Amino acid sequence: MAWAAEPSIGLRFEKVDKRYGAVYALRNLTLAIAPGECLALAGRNGSGKTTLLRIACCLTRPTRGSLSFSGVAENQNPKAGFVAHATMVYDELTAEENLLFFAKLLGVANRRQRVDELLCEVGLGERKDSLVRTFSRGMRQRVAIARALLAAPGLLLFDEPAAGLDPEATIWLAGHLAKLRDSGRTMLISLHGQSEVARLATRAVRLDAGGVVADTRSGATFQSVFTFAGE
Amino acid sequence: MGLLSNAAALLGKEVRTEFRSRELLSTTMVFVLIVVVLFSFTFDPTTNESHRFGPGLLWLAFLFAASLMLQPCFLREQVNDTLSALRLAVSDPFAIFLAKIGANTLFLLLTELLMLPVFAALFNVSFRGELPGILLAFFLGSLGISVAGTALAAISAQARMRELLLPLLLLPLLAPILVASTEVTVSLMAPEPFMQWKGIGFLAVFDVVFLTALWLFGEYLLEE
Repeated sequence: MAWAAEPSIGLRFEKVDKRYGAVYALRNLTLAIAPGECLALAGRNGSGKTTLLRIACCLTRPTRGSLSFSGVAENQNPKAGFVAHATMVYDELTAEENLLFFAKLLGVANRRQRVDELLCEVGLGERKDSLVRTFSRGMRQRVAIARALLAAPGLLLFDEPAAGLDPEATIWLAGHLAKLRDSGRTMLISLHGQSEVARLATRAVRLDAGGVVADTRSGATFQSVFTFAGE
Repeated sequence: MGLLSNAAALLGKEVRTEFRSRELLSTTMVFVLIVVVLFSFTFDPTTNESHRFGPGLLWLAFLFAASLMLQPCFLREQVNDTLSALRLAVSDPFAIFLAKIGANTLFLLLTELLMLPVFAALFNVSFRGELPGILLAFFLGSLGISVAGTALAAISAQARMRELLLPLLLLPLLAPILVASTEVTVSLMAPEPFMQWKGIGFLAVFDVVFLTALWLFGEYLLEE
């Protein structure tokens, strides 16, 4: 059985501020992302990439401004797949138990079949009965990706997905993300600099001090966006 | 997926992870055992004082145990940011609270039931005929501690001085529960036992009020 992805989702951030106490994580940010776009978010630490992703999946509310979605019912938030810095899975459960648990919460149909399929897809079919705490960083990242894909969401968010991965795992990740991009999903990937993963992007935006300072849609080159971010 | 089925799935996960690690149950049981044994040295088990003060000391031990048990219930979700994964997956955030409350009540009740015979032996208290009443008081008291404690654990988990904040908020808030539970238990363990329905009613109202407040405002406690 094939699990069709939910329709792609478009996002529009309109004059968004996000403040933590006196510190602005995002300031007057306006950004539109078309359905099916694969957007790379580049920027230094603290430039607002993670905050933007957490607002995009509705984990955090903007202090000011608005976020609207296209491709979802009115007054509804989209089910987004989010792969964050942390794995967002339980170390005390096995890879299979983790995925079955989240599949149950998400109301995934034929969840055992779906979980088996995803575990094979991320190359963990053989280790599905092992506790996550026994996994390497790369394997944990694979479980995290499988968890994010459970409900076949139309919006996928990756927060520095290659952080802590060895070159082999990074190449696997880039290949897997390329497949997801080609399936037509909207993807936002935050990155520090030019990498295997960055080459997947159809558009790149650089954030600095919580605002957009360069966008390939506005004429900036990919290299300039990533070069500045990596400095 | 509905609220109750989400809560049931979450409760199943809580029970599975706890019985796999046995972190909370083992530490709280050892803690309550030590407290009850230490308290037993302060009273002569043949005296009336033992009957009068024993239940109060027992609930004090349960309260300390609960503060140990409640602290990690949201902190554990922060280790791998699983709370964010739960918030993204559930249809209603109240399901997260329901599951945490269910698990905390269950673990607390388990500790209480295992400690009850030890307490009865050390304090020379008989409760055989009043076991249903005692179980009702334990259930309502534990539920009250769990409901209020889970809400405070969610608040304190996001605070800077979280280890200090929870007990600081918990003890004054749970004082009414402690008083009512103790009074009901004292009356049930008296030489001529009787059920103090006023206390039971108070515990039930406390539980309902806090559950309703959590249902209405719990979502905001989980926000960043």
